[in-house]
Amino acid sequence: MILNDNELLPSERAVYTLRTLYLSFGYRRYKVSKFEEYDLYAENKSFLSDKSILTFTDTDGRLMALKPDITLSIIKNTKDSSGMQKVFYNECVYRAGGSGFKEIMQTGLECIGDIDDFSTAEVISLAYKSLESISGSFLLDVSHMGFVTGLIGMITQNGAARSELMSAVGRKSADTVRAVCSDIGADKKYADALSAACLLYGTPREVLEKARPLCLNDEMRASYDALEKISGYMEKSGLAQNLRIDFSILNDTNYYNGIIFKGFIDGIPQSVLSGGRYDSLLSRLGRKQGAVGFAVYLDGLDRLFSDTDTCGGESIGG
Amino acid sequence: MADKYVNVALPKGRLGEAAYDIFEKSGYACPEIHEPNRKLIFESVHNRVRYFWVKPSDVAIYVEKGAADIGIAGKDILLEYSPDVYELCDLHMGKCRMAVAAKRDFKDNPDTALRVATKFPNIAKHYYAEKSREIEIIKLNGSIELAPLLGLSDVIVDIVETGKTLLENNLVPCETVAPVSARLISNKVSYKFKNSEITQICKKISSICKDKSND
Repeated sequence: MILNDNELLPSERAVYTLRTLYLSFGYRRYKVSKFEEYDLYAENKSFLSDKSILTFTDTDGRLMALKPDITLSIIKNTKDSSGMQKVFYNECVYRAGGSGFKEIMQTGLECIGDIDDFSTAEVISLAYKSLESISGSFLLDVSHMGFVTGLIGMITQNGAARSELMSAVGRKSADTVRAVCSDIGADKKYADALSAACLLYGTPREVLEKARPLCLNDEMRASYDALEKISGYMEKSGLAQNLRIDFSILNDTNYYNGIIFKGFIDGIPQSVLSGGRYDSLLSRLGRKQGAVGFAVYLDGLDRLFSDTDTCGGESIGG
Repeated sequence: MADKYVNVALPKGRLGEAAYDIFEKSGYACPEIHEPNRKLIFESVHNRVRYFWVKPSDVAIYVEKGAADIGIAGKDILLEYSPDVYELCDLHMGKCRMAVAAKRDFKDNPDTALRVATKFPNIAKHYYAEKSREIEIIKLNGSIELAPLLGLSDVIVDIVETGKTLLENNLVPCETVAPVSARLISNKVSYKFKNSEITQICKKISSICKDKSND
């Protein structure tokens, strides 16, 4: 190697490590430009975790955006006819934050095509290995959209109540779940199941055992089976030690369906990795294929490691 | 395995002191906190907790950014700032409500935008947006009750506990926006890495707070 490893910032080192990892699994580098026509985001605004988009007009008068997200551009540029596509990217994305503009380094991968259990498992293993290569103290939380949406679907069909319940589950606020359920006169059985489900957290074994009696319909049972299958696979591959199940992680139901996951590193107060199965996004864009993928946000890393160097930091668990 | 320290942000004032009493009763005492000194952070090596007092409206920020693992915040603060945190349990204390109040003889004139004075602009905006009422927000930082008296605003959106201050100033609460009480909140990442510690605290606290509401 030409570079001295010590000269790299933690985030830069992570970029190289992750690139090597993804290449070794047969993922191809996908380079996109920094700019995209604004229309793409206007139509799919709620897919973006952050709705703020920086725009400008190009020389032809078209409204352009500095990319806030890479996934949409990759999907736009792949075709149903091209079969299974496995790609990764390392790009900067742009957001308008509270205190001005922000450039965020992001790495991620997408697997687009005829998605089966094997490709899902491969992507989740890669998410696990990505976190592992960044820090020894990490957790990967997995959930399945169908478990919570299946249950909420039995409680209410009302849009406002649904989103109130989703947000309460996301905050692990069992009190709010019960309050909303009693307001709309839902069956106590469902209210109890949902407030229990949102508080579940632990290793797949612990959580699955407690979640089994909460399955009240076919959609929930299917989600349960999918989670059981994935965690079984991860265990067999020796990738289960830092795996957790948490039903409170949720993504927008208009885009995500099936397995979703979020990664965390001790010392960084937000999630550093986020992904899942997003067939619904593809079908919204008029595509027939399925897709699963994730993004890694590298901007928190540099501060984390510079802190632990100077202060010693708190001992990491495990 | 040695337990990890849990950092707790407490809101300065009466609510925070009552909340600390609950922590103490739950077995997380930190005697140092009662000593008269100018320290900002109080640590109990034995119980593996660290407490610090912050401005009530800042608790959510400390917890969201991970400077505190858990904290006690009023539902009013959570509604106003919608921080990305877990809201683990209702302490059933510091109970009051967010309400709209106006002068006793006030009549709403739907012809013009309603002038609303408040410390909670997001709550007010959200509340009136749902009613499709056009409003003009006047953001104040204190003495909200003064605004309608001096004609600065038509109504106020504020915390009402007993309604005594309102009454003494010839104001009446006319609509309830939301009930408010103190909540135990947790940073989402801390909850995962200090899961056994935080769930333990949460369990003990919620059992104490439930007992209280049954009295």
